[in-house]
Amino acid sequence: MKWRNIATIYFKELRDLLRDRRTVISMIVVPTLIMPGLMLVVGLISYRIVNEARSTVPTIMVIGGDDSPLARGALAAVGKVAIVPNTSDWKQRIADKKVRAVVEFPAGFDAALKNGEPAAIKIYHYEGELRSTFAVNEVRRFFTDYLDQVVAARLAGRGLPAGFVRPFEVRAENVAPPEKVGGNVIGGIIPYFFLLLSFTGAMYPAMDLTAGEKERGTMEMILCSPVARVDLVLGKFFMVLTASLTTVVCSLLSMGCTFLAGGALLNNALGDGAGGVTRAVTLPTLDPLGVLAVIGMVVPMAVLFSAVLLTVSLFAKSFKEAQTYVSPLVILIILPAVVGMLPGVELNARLALVPILNVSLVSKELVSGVWHWNYLGLIFGSTCVYAGVALALAVKMFNREDVIFRT
Amino acid sequence: MIEARNLTKTFRDRKRGEIHAADDISFRVLPGQIYGLLGANGAGKTTTMRLLATLLRPTRGTAVVAGFDVCAAPEKVRANIGFLAASTALYGRLTARETIAYFGQLNGLKDAEIKARTQRLADELDMGEFLDRRCEKFSTGMKQKTSIARTLIHDPAAMVFDEPTVGLDVMAARTIVRFVRDCRARGKTVIYSTHVMSEVEKLCDVIGIIHGGRLLAEGSLADLRTRYREQDMEEIFVRAVGGEPAAASPGGRS
Repeated sequence: MKWRNIATIYFKELRDLLRDRRTVISMIVVPTLIMPGLMLVVGLISYRIVNEARSTVPTIMVIGGDDSPLARGALAAVGKVAIVPNTSDWKQRIADKKVRAVVEFPAGFDAALKNGEPAAIKIYHYEGELRSTFAVNEVRRFFTDYLDQVVAARLAGRGLPAGFVRPFEVRAENVAPPEKVGGNVIGGIIPYFFLLLSFTGAMYPAMDLTAGEKERGTMEMILCSPVARVDLVLGKFFMVLTASLTTVVCSLLSMGCTFLAGGALLNNALGDGAGGVTRAVTLPTLDPLGVLAVIGMVVPMAVLFSAVLLTVSLFAKSFKEAQTYVSPLVILIILPAVVGMLPGVELNARLALVPILNVSLVSKELVSGVWHWNYLGLIFGSTCVYAGVALALAVKMFNREDVIFRT
Repeated sequence: MIEARNLTKTFRDRKRGEIHAADDISFRVLPGQIYGLLGANGAGKTTTMRLLATLLRPTRGTAVVAGFDVCAAPEKVRANIGFLAASTALYGRLTARETIAYFGQLNGLKDAEIKARTQRLADELDMGEFLDRRCEKFSTGMKQKTSIARTLIHDPAAMVFDEPTVGLDVMAARTIVRFVRDCRARGKTVIYSTHVMSEVEKLCDVIGIIHGGRLLAEGSLADLRTRYREQDMEEIFVRAVGGEPAAASPGGRS
């Protein structure tokens, strides 16, 4: 193994790839611009949908209550809901989203309250439908207030204090640091992005440097030079790894900028009222050291991806054939990463040995500021072993005549 | 010098079983000599050339190129040969100068040496005009000249040409033929494979006729003419392979 030759091959491949527009687009432009752009667009659209749903006064229908003008009048006076005249097909109207909820007063509701008899209000709604949920929330809020008023009046009538029916309070307090909350919200997404990008960043160069060279007829030329096959593989491998990590770093930087600049911009533009919604989506607090550690865990993963991609694409005769082999591999990357994002899947010693899934799981902890050193060691070590095996396999493939000169 | 000693290469194919692409081939090429390996498509020429260039490992036998054994020291062999085939291409996104320099570096040359040699080769081959342009937009002739400069940058003792004129027009083919003669004039050991009869007549000092992976006849043009009592190379070839070559051997161009 001669480092001089490896460096010569590496720098030649680097120059070659940087002159290729397709590589520059997939390695630098896509992760830098498209990903944050996509996040901003999705964020803006979801914000608009939620905001629109909130600003629109939900339409409701009231059934019964003709003999209870007090309660009915109070509901109409709130103004948070628009009451439309009732029809017999009200169920169908909820399903058709013409009416968001229907309130049913029992007969003699006002009288029952006055006499201290039990009474039940019914709210019909459409489960899982956002605007229906908003309507129900408004109606509930009104009836809760109304209930409080009735209780207060009854207590006052008997000369009892307001605290009489509320002897103690129950309050839940959050002790999780903000990083942990942020980690749980997007902790699964961050490593998933990095894993996916480290794979896609390596994909094109790996295919171009192997199957592409075979197809263009330059492979035979380089194999005739006195360079050892291992040097050739390593030179190409370091190039693919560079592309993979460049993609990750570019996306990290642009994501960071998106969070900082984009989040501030959104908050300024949308004002305080919108802040609550936007902040939860785009500005979770992450442990910056943890994010760096995630990158550290992604490095051996990128080594593994680069070596596997080189091996698989070398087997192909042409770039097109390499694409048919490599594309299904993306699913192999997505599956474990998605499992890692599922809530409730916790890291254990056995899962720490499952490639991709282990990095995905430990990353969720890392961005939350939790450092499991034993797992970190186990995962880093096992990923390095897998990466080493994959690299050895790539070297072996380059030494196989039937693979290099496959016809 | 290039010497093949019982060089044999067997491929295994699932459908066709064992294929003897090169079968017990022995020959010797001296410095300042052009050895022509003449055969139809699928005769085993490319396999033999790849064995000499250490792209393939022999199943049996061996070859010695410029004093190094292809099995024992393949990297030393590669450092002492220049390999040019019709199928080898150039890196489209590199300039001619960068391509030549790349192969100079891989052959362990120093930067100053690469610079001087590139300049000399560019002058000899009249490449000045396109030396700093990217290869992807080159004409066939420009590509040929760049390929020649690339194979010569490390001044190898032996040259291996595998059907270098296939698919070239007359002018580009003449550039190659002139270059092969130059190599002989400089005392290099040259082996040249082709299926074009006129090329071996014009170029080669010794002709080896290969068919079905076996070397069937060998000698100078005069020797072969005497032996087969024929003047025409095509007739000599047909008689040497034992009649009209109805079909190529099962070896394929491998």
